[in-house]
Formats: sequence, structure tokens, C-alpha cells
Amino acid sequence: MEALEIARWQFGITTVYHFMMVPLTIGLGLVVAVMQTIWHRTGKVEYLRMTKFWGKLFLINFIMGVATGIVQEFQFGMAWSEYSRFVGDVFGAPLALESLLAFFVESTFLGLWIFGWKQLKPAIHLACLWIAVVGSVFSAYFIIVANSWMQHPVGAEIIDGRPVMTDAWAVFTNNTALVAFPHTLMGALAVAGGFLLGIAWYHLWRRRKDGIDTIGPDGKVVPGEAAIPGRDKTDYKVWIRSLRIGAVVAMISFAGTSLTGDLQGKLMFEQQPMKMAAAEGACHDGTGFSVLSVGNLGSKNCDDIVAVIEIPGILSFLANGDFTTEVRGVNGLLDQYKADYGTHLPDNPIYGERAGQEIQYVPVMEVTYWGFRMMIGFGGLAALAALVALWLTRKGTVPASPWLMRLAVFGILAPFGANAAGWIFTEMGRQPFVVAPNPDLNGIDQVFMFTAAAVSPGVSAGELLTSLIVLSAVYGALLVVEVKLLVTYIRGGVVSAMPELANAPVDENEDATPGPDGTGTAKPADDVLAFAY
Amino acid sequence: MELLPTVWFIIIAVLWTGYLFLEGFDLGVGMLMKLFARNNTERRVLLNTVGPVWDGNEVWLITAGAATFAAFPRWYASLFSALYLPLLVVLVALIFRAVAFEYRGKVDNDSWRARWDWAIALGSFLAAFGVGAALALTTTGMPLNANGDREGGAMAWFSGYAVLGGLAVVGFSLLHALAFLALKTDGDVRHRARAWFVRLLPVLLLPLAAWALAIQFLEGKPWTWAAVVLAVVAAVAAWFQSRRGAEGHAFIAMGAFLLLGSASIFGAVFPVVLPSTLDPAFDLTIANASSSDYTLGLMSVVAAVGLPLVIVYQAWTYWVFRRRVSAAHIPAAHSFLPAVAVRAFTTKD
Repeated sequence: MEALEIARWQFGITTVYHFMMVPLTIGLGLVVAVMQTIWHRTGKVEYLRMTKFWGKLFLINFIMGVATGIVQEFQFGMAWSEYSRFVGDVFGAPLALESLLAFFVESTFLGLWIFGWKQLKPAIHLACLWIAVVGSVFSAYFIIVANSWMQHPVGAEIIDGRPVMTDAWAVFTNNTALVAFPHTLMGALAVAGGFLLGIAWYHLWRRRKDGIDTIGPDGKVVPGEAAIPGRDKTDYKVWIRSLRIGAVVAMISFAGTSLTGDLQGKLMFEQQPMKMAAAEGACHDGTGFSVLSVGNLGSKNCDDIVAVIEIPGILSFLANGDFTTEVRGVNGLLDQYKADYGTHLPDNPIYGERAGQEIQYVPVMEVTYWGFRMMIGFGGLAALAALVALWLTRKGTVPASPWLMRLAVFGILAPFGANAAGWIFTEMGRQPFVVAPNPDLNGIDQVFMFTAAAVSPGVSAGELLTSLIVLSAVYGALLVVEVKLLVTYIRGGVVSAMPELANAPVDENEDATPGPDGTGTAKPADDVLAFAY
Repeated sequence: MELLPTVWFIIIAVLWTGYLFLEGFDLGVGMLMKLFARNNTERRVLLNTVGPVWDGNEVWLITAGAATFAAFPRWYASLFSALYLPLLVVLVALIFRAVAFEYRGKVDNDSWRARWDWAIALGSFLAAFGVGAALALTTTGMPLNANGDREGGAMAWFSGYAVLGGLAVVGFSLLHALAFLALKTDGDVRHRARAWFVRLLPVLLLPLAAWALAIQFLEGKPWTWAAVVLAVVAAVAAWFQSRRGAEGHAFIAMGAFLLLGSASIFGAVFPVVLPSTLDPAFDLTIANASSSDYTLGLMSVVAAVGLPLVIVYQAWTYWVFRRRVSAAHIPAAHSFLPAVAVRAFTTKD
């Protein structure tokens, strides 16, 4: 493989991997903060247990996001030095602001939350979590601003051969970012919703199977208690509330992703028409939305793609909000791109051996076509499942069926799949550009960059291959560890996050948490550590 | 003299100094997990001294990197791509170290803990060494061509300065961690940390002093020579303060030593940010590597507000967790009886 291809695989693998952790961090962080707020205001003990349990899973996942985030930042310079030199003036600023204004806040206040259960007053302790969560949301905003500038470069002019920021307001209020940001947040909440729903379902199912919860004559659940630490009636409340919160969050977030996704799609038809045409497998101008297309989607001339099922008018609706306007297809756009940006890569040293190659303006259509459909499909399935879950649990618990339980647990993966598919679609759909040209600007001074020019000229394919193998192995190994640890803590139930619930003999410096009213059994010697490593 | 690029050179120097001052001791504590702690309780004392703060400390590195990207894109691009393999090692080290901090206590099992202890110790060592090597090379140079790309293959960056810089940051981090532990722990760990500090100070600071002096002989200016002299005074003060039991003063003196040492190095190389060993004409300087004044101005405003704020709330964190940690504070290992004892996802009906 060539250096460019290896570097692209590495970027893709790192980003998709990083973005398994990130949406769960953002979504679950918001949910845990709400839970702790309810506990703080009502003193209901089930919300404390929910905070501790979901908070534990949140932390196990959070650290993986942090660890892989550093690779994200370093790899621009390491593997994409020409890109960094070219865009640094504009693209570097949101990254710098992200770490200075958001990531510092997130890391510092999360440390306070983890260790501050006893040192801080309950209200301040809760505030620390909220500040950390808001920090993670701001972090997402800055990263989306940076990414959106690659999709739609605004607020910059070419001076001495590279883009220079001329209008920071335009960069930070890029319309692409303003719709992608809520879309990403909603996608993160969808992940959290599915996570809560699947795990809570498992525990409710387990309580029924173990004979703790039974069904009364009226068909409603009768919560019971078992002589096992933490498996009391409060435990039942933890899971049924978590399940319902998860289901509602999943449905709201699907509505949110649909609305913001629609806005985003309409912008994309203007800003990157080729990406949307490729998402459709639409070769010719038309109005129909393809439900299923067959044929060689990888074909560059597009002529052997056949739309099997097509709904007239829908594509126009997605693009323009009416049912009649023709949407341009791949073939027509191809001529325009060739006319505007050339048919071959310029004879410039930054292209290395790639100089003079023919430019492929059509993205890999299997990826864009199916990525787009998987994003929508997984998202829709998860929301539908949440609705069904609410209906099935209307009598207060889950059905006894082990198959439904398995479905609920594996359903956790669907929103992850939707997130990954969406990102793969939008990033692959931007090719062959790393910075897509902005159609609002005119003339040859347009700000854009071919991916072929972006890779580090001084770094060999061997170095890139080494890092691709090393990083992939590390990611794979750590994913196994993370999932095992999550499963251990999930199976352990609330007591895994609150060992003080157990009657098992413990050290006299038992980790007891005082209630919001100040009651609790904390001893003076405990004040140093609350959540010891 | 360009004003804004100079300001940003200083800000980046401050970010690196802040990183070494803060993460210096948690990198050192990580290495001391294997070198100093004698049993699991002591290891947990060490871990809990940095537990609430290490992640916030590491953000200084990420901010230093991102600020370099934004303010000096050519410096960022050339340095990071030229040091491709060593930075890969740093990344893997930082990944394992971060995960180890969080996961070590999550399973009550000796071999689980032993594995993560190695991840913390080795991860801390390799990260400290790699960052030190990178910082040394950005002051002494690499074989870069006119475009700023490395010539001569994957290992062409290597020189004695890489080893010297790596040892300098490893040595400083170890010593700084001993000063920190003397300040943050109680009982046996505290006393041993102080004894080690007094005994090891000359050895552990030697490589950093050698790097600072080498830079002075290459590029020194009168005021940076003065800073080196003052740094030595600070190191001597740290030694005396520690010996008489003034742990807080010793720690502050270590901070002064770092600040002066860092000022002497960054000050000496200024305005060059990354020299080329092939041709001085290819040197990256604050003038030819920097972003536009518009971008720098915007970021200056944000940094003027943001950076003091970071310092304030991080200082507050240290205040909240100001109490000394000792073996008596360490609760029993985190073990639990799972609510669901059988394997998850298997059914027997």
C-alpha cells in the first residue's frame, strides 16, 4: 500500500474507534448529571444508586476517549504535515480553543467529581459534574467547528498560497457546524439511551428469572427482595427508571437527529452536491429517492447502477423541501468538477508520486450509499425498539423471554453503528478533497485541498504501516479489556459501584457516602479519599 | 520583531513549563510505582496523591500541542512528522498509562494490578523520555529540508541530544515526584521520599543542567546565562530546604528551578523554534513558522482569559485535595459480590 492509503486507514480507524467512546461519554455524562440532580433535589436513594452505577460505567468508558483523543490531535502533525501546514492558520484555532476552554474544564472538574464525594459540599460536588459535562459538550462544538471547516471552508482567504483566517465569526458560526453540532449531540444521546435501555432490561430480566420480581394476578409486577447485597426493592426502581429514561432519551434523540439531519442534508446538497449524489447512487438528474439500488456502485461512470425501488419526489424533498426540483446526479456533477478543479493532480511536489494522476471525483459509492442508509436504518431501528420497549414494560417489568433480553442487550450496538456509519459517510463522501471547495466562493482562489496533497512527505510508508499495526493492536486489546470490565461491572449491578451496600466484612474505613441532608457514616479519617484508586 | 509571534512563543514556553511542572510529578510518581513503593498499599498511596489531578495535568501537553498547531503550523507539522516513531511510542505510552490509572483498582486481583503497575511505570518513563527527547531536538535541530520535512529516513532525527533531553525530563520528573510525595504523603512514604530527594538531587538534575548548559554554549545570551546560574541557586535551595524538612519550600524551589531552566533554554534558542542541521536557511523561526496576526490576535484574547482561569480552577483542585495521604487512609481494595453471579448473557432454561 502507498503511504497515503495507509495514513487514511490509520486516520479512519483512529477516528471511528475514538468516536465509539466519545458519544457514550457525552450522552451518558448528561444522563448521569440529571440523575445526580434528581437525587440532590429529592433525596430518593434510587437516584443515588443510579448516579453511582451509571457513573462508574461512564468513567470506565471516559478514560478510553481521553487516551485515544491524544492520538487524534498528534496525528495531524505526524501523518498529515502538509495538511497541517496548509490549514493551520484556520483549523488550528478551534483545536487550541478546545483544549484551552473545554478539555481543561472537563478533565479538571471530572477529577473533582470522582474524588470529591466527601470533600465537597453536595451542591458543589454536583456542580463539578455539570461543569465537566458542559465542558465535554463545548469540546464537541469546537471539534465540529474544525471538521465543518473541512466540509465547508468559510471565513478564510488564500494569502501566499495558504488559507488565512479573515473572519473568525464566520468560522465559529459556520452553518455546517451549527447543524452538525446538534446532530452530533443527539447522536450521542441516542447512544446513551440505548445503553441504559439494554443494561436495565438485562437486570430487570435477571430479577424475574431469579424469582425476585414476580407478576401479580393483575399482570403487574410485584417487586421483591433477595438476600443478596443490593438486590432489594430499591434495586428494582433503579432498573425500571433507568429503562424508561433510556427509552425516552432514545426516542427524543432520534427525533432530534432526524430534524437536524434533514437540515444538514439540505445544506450538503448545496455545499457538497457530489457527496449527496453518491449517497444516492444517483447518476442522472432526478427527483426519486432510491430505497434500493443494485449494480456496481464502485463503477466510476455510474451507468450500470440500477435503482430497483425508487420513490419519486423524495430526493427533491430531502434536498429542497419540494417534490419536483431536479437534483443533479453524479454524471452531470462530474463534468462540472472536472471543469472547475481539473482532471489531473497538478505537477506540484506536494503531490509526490501522485502528481499528474487522474482525479477521481466520485467517492466510493458502496461506502456513501450504504453508510447513509446504515446511519438512518440503525438510528430508526433503535428508536422503534425503544418505543416497543416502553410498550412491553408498561406493566412494570420486562417479559421473561431470554431472546428479547438478548435483543435489548445487542441493541446497544445499533446507535453506535449509526454514529460510525454517519461519520464514515460524511468523511468518505468528502473525497477526493480533504478540505472540500466552498461553492459560495468564486474564482481560482477558492480554499480547498486534495487529500492526495495532505500526507506528510517526509514520513515513509514503512513508518506509517508500523504505526497502523501498533495502534490497531493497542485499540483492539484495550477494547477487549474495556468491554470485559464493563460487563463485569454491569453484571455486578449497583453493588459493584457501591460496595458499601454489601454486608460483606469491609475495612473500617468503609467508603460511605453521606446523604444530601448530611447523614452518613463517614469517619474523620475518611476525608482524604472518597473514590480511591 | 514581530509582537504576536513573540507573545505566542512565550505562551507555548509557558504551556510546556506548566506541563513539566504539573505532569512532571505525576510522571515521576508513575515511575516510582516500581522504583520506590514497596507494597500494594504504598503503591495506592502514590496513586492517590495524583489521582484527582493527573488527567488535568496531561491537558497541558494537549494544549501545548494544539497551541503550537494553531500559532506555528510549520513548527507543529515539521516537529511532529520528523519525530514520527518516537511520538508513536509516546502516544502508546500515554494511552496505556491513562487506562492503567483508571482500570488498576477496578478488579481486586494481584496479577491484574501487577500488569497495570507496569503499564503505569513504563508508560510514565517512555512518555517522559519521549517528550524530553522531542523538546531537546526542537532546540538543537534535525535534518530538515527547505519544506521542513525530515531527510534521511525514519531514524534521522536521532542524536545525543535526544538521549540527553530524554534523561533530563526523566530525571527531573523523578526528583520532582519525590518532592511532591514528601509534601503530599505522611508516614514512612513521606520520610523516605525526602531522604531520597536529598540523596538523589545532584544525579537526577545533572542531565537537565547539561542540556541547559549545552544550549547556552551554542546560543546563549547574557540573560539566559544568568537564568542558568539562578536555576542552580534554586536547586541548591531546594536541597537545603528539603534537608531541613521544609517540604513546601523545597517543592516551590523545584518549581523555580524548572521555570528558570526552561526560560534559559527557550530564551537562548529564540527566535528559532526548530533549527535545520542541513542548512541554517531552513531554520524554522517565529517569523516564518507562525500563523497570521489575525489568528494570533484572536487566540491571544482567548488565552488571556482562558489560561489564568485554568490556573485558578486547577489551583482550587489542589486546595480541595490538599490533605496528606497516608497508608492509614487507604480503604480495602475495591471488591464486590456481583448481584448476578453467573456468567452474563447465558441462560439455562
